[in-house]
Amino acid sequence: MSSNASSTAASEPRLAGDLAIWIFILAELGAFAAFFGAYAFTRANHLADFNAAQLGLNRDAGALNTILLLTASGLVVRAVQGALANEGPRAARWMLAAIACGLGFLFVKGAEYSAAFDAGVSLSSSTFHMFYLSLTFFHFMHVILGLVILAVLWHGLRRGHYRPDNMNGLESGAAYWHMVDLVWLILFPLVYVIH
Amino acid sequence: MQYQSQAVAKPYFIAAIGLFIGQIVFGLIMGLQYVIGDFLFPLIPFNVARMVHTNLLIVWLLFGFMGAAYYMVPEESETELFSPKLALALFWIFLVAGALTIVGYLFVPYATLAQMTGNDILATMGREFLEQPLPTKLGIVVVALAFLFNITMTVLKGRKTSISMVLLLGLWGLAVFFLFSFYNPHDLVKDKYYWWWVVHLWVEGVWELILGALLAFVLIKVTGVDREVIEKWLYVIITLTLVTGIIGTGHHYYWIGAPEYWQWWGSVFSALEPIPFFAMTVFAFNMVNRRRREHPNKAAVLWALGTGVMAFLGAGVWGFLHTLAPVNYYTHGSQITSTAPT
Repeated sequence: MSSNASSTAASEPRLAGDLAIWIFILAELGAFAAFFGAYAFTRANHLADFNAAQLGLNRDAGALNTILLLTASGLVVRAVQGALANEGPRAARWMLAAIACGLGFLFVKGAEYSAAFDAGVSLSSSTFHMFYLSLTFFHFMHVILGLVILAVLWHGLRRGHYRPDNMNGLESGAAYWHMVDLVWLILFPLVYVIH
Repeated sequence: MQYQSQAVAKPYFIAAIGLFIGQIVFGLIMGLQYVIGDFLFPLIPFNVARMVHTNLLIVWLLFGFMGAAYYMVPEESETELFSPKLALALFWIFLVAGALTIVGYLFVPYATLAQMTGNDILATMGREFLEQPLPTKLGIVVVALAFLFNITMTVLKGRKTSISMVLLLGLWGLAVFFLFSFYNPHDLVKDKYYWWWVVHLWVEGVWELILGALLAFVLIKVTGVDREVIEKWLYVIITLTLVTGIIGTGHHYYWIGAPEYWQWWGSVFSALEPIPFFAMTVFAFNMVNRRRREHPNKAAVLWALGTGVMAFLGAGVWGFLHTLAPVNYYTHGSQITSTAPT
């Protein structure tokens, strides 16, 4: 990044992405934080119920999804670096690979939901299930939105729209995707693992 | 004024101010009735004053929205209004229908009014804010549709901007959600659902889109900041509004017989409803600080700065105080205090 920055830009730190997207990301993190807080608060009062219901979750699927999202984030970083190095088409391929990982996440999560619904899990079946479905589905919707954004970025990269002097859109979209990833990194241990 | 047809906004604004004064007067009457129990007895009972007070609020806001749209859309679309005559005709129809309804509230007992106006054909009366007799409700739909036709045709024949699209989305949403007022099921739970889909989705959904669009328009005019920058913020604000506002409807489902998970969903999302107002405030101050001109209309600048602040304090902070289900249990669930929907 610094190789392209002018001397003035180097002296004062530059915000990657648009200020508006950071406000938006903060609002999103606030929403998840409220849900996480409610989860923690309720879990503390229903420890045994939560621990028992948690055993019904597929932790392997959760771990696989963690790997998929982390990989996707890494690939998005490569795409941004590629665009900074003026390698649009190459960067587009990185972005496409990231999209594939994101779709993989949706597929794994979809299979998990299908198994859960077959087992009679619903928003009203238990407080833990209410939180599990609410938190993961809210996140699921964010993955879908993130993928739509990545698809738009991919299209832009293919057309050579993002260059070192025009990174605002790409960096903003990438920052949003990293937020989706970050939330999962809290959600997964909190809901699936911590016992 | 850049376009002659913008002048039709003027009677709308005058009517809005007049009706607002009416709202204040009836509010004062009710306040006095709390202090002096038989004030204006038996001429204006408390429940009638309350109905007039809240209905006037809705009607002056609608006049304001319509007037603002008639003023803003020609400038945004860079063309004269599709039909200024239609706009003026609708003004008089709406004003006369509104006045007759208020007269009906004041001089005819509500049950008699219901009998006189065909409530037995299609029962729509009796719900707070939606007390209007059937002919008035139908009139509102006709006026709203004709107004939307006029505005939409203007946008279609001229320049299409993000701001006018957001405004249209808000205004069409307003008209569509009003249709729920015609469905009045016997099942009390369902009845409450449909009622909230008008009241809540108006106040905490589409009205905020209308406000956002008007604010963006005013900010472009008074600050001279690039349209692109303003529109980007508008997008962020309306996304925050829709996500928190639509799911936040859940804060009305706590005690009406809806599933328990709504206490969580309603609490979390409605707790976030102040965020779009906060974003509006940050947005307005940011844009005014970056202004490229000193606009002579200080009142407009003050409104642009103040509206977000007031909405954040009033709807945001005040609303947040009792939006969480455990708090709301005492303010609404137990009916200890008088129920005031927000």
